Amino acid sequence: MIEKLSALLDTTGFVHLTPGMAFMWLIGLTLIWLAIAKEYEPMLLLPIGFGIILANLPLAGLMEPGTGLLWRFYEYGIHWEVIPPLIFLGLGALTDFGPMLAKPSLIFLGAGAQGGVYIAFFIAHLLLGFSLPEAATIGIIGGADGPTTIFLASKIAPHMLGTCAVAAYSYMALVPIILPPVMRLLTSEQERKIGMAKTRKVGRLEKMLFPVVAVLVIILLVPASAPLMAMFMVGNLFRESKVVERLNLASQNELLNIVTIFLGLPVGATMNADNFLRWDVIFIFVLGLVAFIASTATGILVAKAMNCFTKTKINPLLGAAGVSAVPMAARVVHKVGQQADKKNYLLMYAMGPNVAGVIGTVIAAGIFLTFLK
Amino acid sequence: MQAKMTAPMAGKVIQIHFNAGQTVEEDDEGIVIEAMKMETMIYVPHTGLVEEIKVKVGDRVEEDDELAVIQTA
Repeated sequence: MIEKLSALLDTTGFVHLTPGMAFMWLIGLTLIWLAIAKEYEPMLLLPIGFGIILANLPLAGLMEPGTGLLWRFYEYGIHWEVIPPLIFLGLGALTDFGPMLAKPSLIFLGAGAQGGVYIAFFIAHLLLGFSLPEAATIGIIGGADGPTTIFLASKIAPHMLGTCAVAAYSYMALVPIILPPVMRLLTSEQERKIGMAKTRKVGRLEKMLFPVVAVLVIILLVPASAPLMAMFMVGNLFRESKVVERLNLASQNELLNIVTIFLGLPVGATMNADNFLRWDVIFIFVLGLVAFIASTATGILVAKAMNCFTKTKINPLLGAAGVSAVPMAARVVHKVGQQADKKNYLLMYAMGPNVAGVIGTVIAAGIFLTFLK
Repeated sequence: MQAKMTAPMAGKVIQIHFNAGQTVEEDDEGIVIEAMKMETMIYVPHTGLVEEIKVKVGDRVEEDDELAVIQTA
């Protein structure tokens, strides 16, 4: 009788729980709490947090290779490179490249703000002994772009995918806290007050040509960026062509929402206790923060360098908007600018480097892939 | 002299903090425009008397649209 009871007990998860699993529940619950109470990137952190809990339930086998439900989402969604490009399709449909095209020199700021990606990459590899693919995955956190981070991690360092994705999304949620001190440190009150000259209006033809030209130039230049860049630009062409409104709306609403669900759960589920409870994880989070701060700084410094060569000065705060986190980084630039001068409205100017930053991060990921695969 | 208050960006008017005929000071809170899912306060550009408000709450405005006319001393 006792034997039967203990056999019955053995089929439940309770006796197979480990302290590590319970600790991971706490982490999952913390992310869910941050999503609900603080509204930190709730669209991602909520499903990720729940995914973490699900992956740490003994005997449930949700991440069992071949049979687990979440494993299938992971394998066919992320490992097969389907979901991150579909997210980019939606982002392309949501993105107005107008502010960037109105003042193309701002593209340099979007490139400049990728500096942190490489700084963190070298620190991780040379000083902390991470392997090259691991260091690259950590560096790309500084690009402030979730799907790109997940895309790169799934290809070169899958064991770090969950951690890097959580770091990227957490810091993106913290952009309003991380960026302003760096921005104030590197700019004078006078520089923050610089108003921007009115930009020209961008015509429809130009906006339609952009995705086509961009896809040709960027993919020819960095072929490894093709999956993300292709979908990003076709989404943008849906938007700007104005003749496929249904495809445009489906991409930016329903489809984007659906794939977001199938992205968050398996990303969280990659975080089992063995993968996550390691000392490396602390370094990953610290380096991710370093990458964010360094990207902000290099963006601003590039803007200041450009001011040395041009007659009409640009507000160096715009450099910080090159940290892609769209549109949070641009909003933060706007707010810091308004604190210096109430009548300085930088929002639309900041959107230029902001969307350029997304392209910059995809290219940076493509370069890593080319050299490390 | 007349000073025009214009929209620095396209968006939707969601709050107006003054009435026609009211005196306002430079950098007072003026009109709130929602753009990029963010509320942006447009501050009063000059001290003076609000002569006319050209928009109402809920209007969509384009960049450079006139929001209000202020009569300055």
